[in-house]
Amino acid sequence: MSVIEAPRSAAPRKGRRGINWEKWGWIYMRASGVVLVVLIFGHLFVNLVAGEGVNAIDFAFVAGKLADPFWIVWDTLLLWLALIHGANGMRTLVNDYANNRLVRRILLGALAASTAILLILGTLVIYTFDPCPAGSPADLLPSFCPVP
Amino acid sequence: MPDKSAGSLAADPLALPKIRPPKRPAGTLYRGREGMWSWVLHRITGVAIYFFLLVHILDTALVRVSPEAYNAVINTYKTPIMGLGETALVAAIGLHALNGLRIILIDFWSVGTKHQRLMFYIVIALWVVLLIAFVPRQFMHIFGGGE
Repeated sequence: MSVIEAPRSAAPRKGRRGINWEKWGWIYMRASGVVLVVLIFGHLFVNLVAGEGVNAIDFAFVAGKLADPFWIVWDTLLLWLALIHGANGMRTLVNDYANNRLVRRILLGALAASTAILLILGTLVIYTFDPCPAGSPADLLPSFCPVP
Repeated sequence: MPDKSAGSLAADPLALPKIRPPKRPAGTLYRGREGMWSWVLHRITGVAIYFFLLVHILDTALVRVSPEAYNAVINTYKTPIMGLGETALVAAIGLHALNGLRIILIDFWSVGTKHQRLMFYIVIALWVVLLIAFVPRQFMHIFGGGE
């Protein structure tokens, strides 16, 4: 004899074991978003508003920043939080609009690949950077570089 | 009189009342109002910022190539047209950031959903203030005034 379930009982949970990645993605978007508001507005103020604004940006300007541990940490956080935030947002759009299974897989694969490559590239650039590369003209380098 | 067939019934314009679809989608609580437009703007600005971020990581990576390579590319950022692009970028980032904070308040603040429409207009007001502060400064830099 089969038993009819009581009405309004909870739906049976099937295959819901393990980490709920969608939930953590949802939390990540909000947590990283709050931090990014501070990091990006700080980045924009220092690079576009203060002093000569965009006109002041050149190799010497960036080298001066990346010689300072404060900006190394700032830029590393900016790179990882912003790129993963952006890629996860694009994943949402792909899931919303790419109805074709193959197209969706290609786009999601391209997103994952480009994100991984740019995270590795950007991190390597920040941590292998030499603000005073040998053989470069002194007038392009920051003022603290030793004069040959 | 024989029964009418279904075909002749449908062909008779008087036999069936005509139900006209609305000329455009009828309003719902969500569609076409502040909630929808903030969502649309959040998506559009998000995509724009994402593609700038891809380019920006690559152009900054040129500091690892040579000072000359980095300077050559970054100098193109100082032209008036790119200066207007930076203005649009800051506008997009400002809207995405402020509306993102609004989304967080809708999700976590107990009366967030109740005040979402008011918060949308607060977002727009703060965004206008941000641009009033930024745009003249940026135009001074890119168009050479105030130097």
